[in-house]
Amino acid sequence: MRQSWRKQRETLFLWICRGVTFLAIFILGILLFHILKEGANWLSFEFLTRFPSRFPAKAGIKSALFGSVWIISMTAMISIPLGVATAFYLEEYAPKRRLFRFLQVNISNLAGMPSIVYGLLGLAIFVRFFNLDRSLWAGSLTLGLLILPVIIISSQESIRAVPDSIRDAAFALGARPWQVILGQLLPAALPGIMTGIILALSRAIGETAPLIMVGALSYVAFVPEAPGDPFTVLPLQIFNWAGRPQVDFHGIAAAGIIVLLIVLFMMNFIAVMIRQRFQRYKM
Amino acid sequence: MKKKTTVITLVALLLMILPLGKKSFAQTLKGRVRIDGSSTVFPITEAVAEEFGKKHPRVRVTVGVSGTGGGFKKFIAGETDINDASRPIKSIEVKKAEENNIDYIELPIAFDGISVVVNPKNTWVDYLTVAELKKVWEPGSPVKTWKDIRAEWPDQKIRLYGPGTDSGTFDYFTEVINGKSHASRSDFTKSEDDNVLVQGVSGDRASLGYFGFAYYSENKDKLKLVPIKHKKMPVSPSFKTINDGSYTPLSRPIFIYVSKKSVKRPEVSRFVTFYLENAGVLSKDVGYVPLQKSQYDEGLQKLKRTSK
Repeated sequence: MRQSWRKQRETLFLWICRGVTFLAIFILGILLFHILKEGANWLSFEFLTRFPSRFPAKAGIKSALFGSVWIISMTAMISIPLGVATAFYLEEYAPKRRLFRFLQVNISNLAGMPSIVYGLLGLAIFVRFFNLDRSLWAGSLTLGLLILPVIIISSQESIRAVPDSIRDAAFALGARPWQVILGQLLPAALPGIMTGIILALSRAIGETAPLIMVGALSYVAFVPEAPGDPFTVLPLQIFNWAGRPQVDFHGIAAAGIIVLLIVLFMMNFIAVMIRQRFQRYKM
Repeated sequence: MKKKTTVITLVALLLMILPLGKKSFAQTLKGRVRIDGSSTVFPITEAVAEEFGKKHPRVRVTVGVSGTGGGFKKFIAGETDINDASRPIKSIEVKKAEENNIDYIELPIAFDGISVVVNPKNTWVDYLTVAELKKVWEPGSPVKTWKDIRAEWPDQKIRLYGPGTDSGTFDYFTEVINGKSHASRSDFTKSEDDNVLVQGVSGDRASLGYFGFAYYSENKDKLKLVPIKHKKMPVSPSFKTINDGSYTPLSRPIFIYVSKKSVKRPEVSRFVTFYLENAGVLSKDVGYVPLQKSQYDEGLQKLKRTSK
């Protein structure tokens, strides 16, 4: 009798877990279905090669697509080296004293800060003080700051997860700390670091609020050619179309969402490939 | 094996992106026109920028949407050439502009009518007077049922829908109906997205809402328009009644503000001239009501005087 109650509870728990998982997937499925149904008709190759227009049938997403690719590449180039290097410093070099704890608490707090605050910061510092105007620079520096704490924290976690035996073995062979970090810890921690970077960049590509603050635009009929050029991004263009009165614009907003999802998917795909390549270093 | 797939994927990605990068051919007029401001005016400015771009592909026109107030901040700081505004410039903004030596001209470019709507299943509402609207929307309004508005109407609950407090439509409606900008009862469903309001009113029998005219004219089958009685006869908003000024007080002009310093640049003055010459047709394209032709001519005269 007791045994069977124990078993029943186990089954019950299993079904609750299953139920919750399927509920989440089901809701995601409905959302995707809805978007695909509404947007699929509007999606075409021309949609990717045309600039925005007042006629839904002629509107395209080229400037936003290029803007997003520019922004996300620049953000990655700014925040990944800074974030990973900071994580290595904090984990491997910094003395674990009061200053360390102070920094750690602040980084965690920054990770939870609302993104609009970064937008205000970006407007004051990058746009006005450094006079970068409303350029890709201003946008990507702001987004870089925004995701920096996330990258630092997740990199720290994965560096910490590298077994001490690897460190000890390398030191025992006479390696300098930088040799240990570059030769042993980085490859071993890379899969974890990559996961953190994927999550952080996925957040960055969907951000709108801070970019509006630093002056991302809604109508741009040219492709940015240099980091000093003005820009627009996918989520902003989608937001703009979704708010229009004409129903057809809601259709192209949905098509824009599909493009955004594809970009996101490709980014993740590339990152997963890189991660897989380095997985073999794992002990 | 895995390496090979990676390479193939990357090459495929490159091939997808490369053909998108074609450049337009050289033209005489070059430069930049920086525009920001109201989301209400955006569709018209976008349409003008699109047409202008066909004639002068080398001029880079950019349009942002930071709202009328946010746009004025940038305009006053000299960061933009033109500001889209769904309300006239405020006296504080005028003062700041003077401090910064930013001189500007104000050009009305179209009308925006605010439409008051109810659910199509609502059979009793024939019109509303301005006084009745005020009774419903004023701060601390006691109106809870339709009967509270007019005694012969049913004793049914009323649910209200309106734009959020950051919206220019909200500013204007509260000013002309309640007598003071931003003075409104607060127990209504708010959204900055007028499409949400359309959804709300069309799905709720007890509803009463207000929003921009373009959102009504795109959803005529889902909504019932309420004529507004100001002086004599109740008037419904339409292209005609808004254009000839008989739909009062809920229609307003929307503007662009042009910096006089920027007008000296040929690409900006060419763009603004193009704007005034074509706003009549283009504003109608995107669901707004054009001004009278004479009003556009007046704008062109004003511009000419400044350019000299």
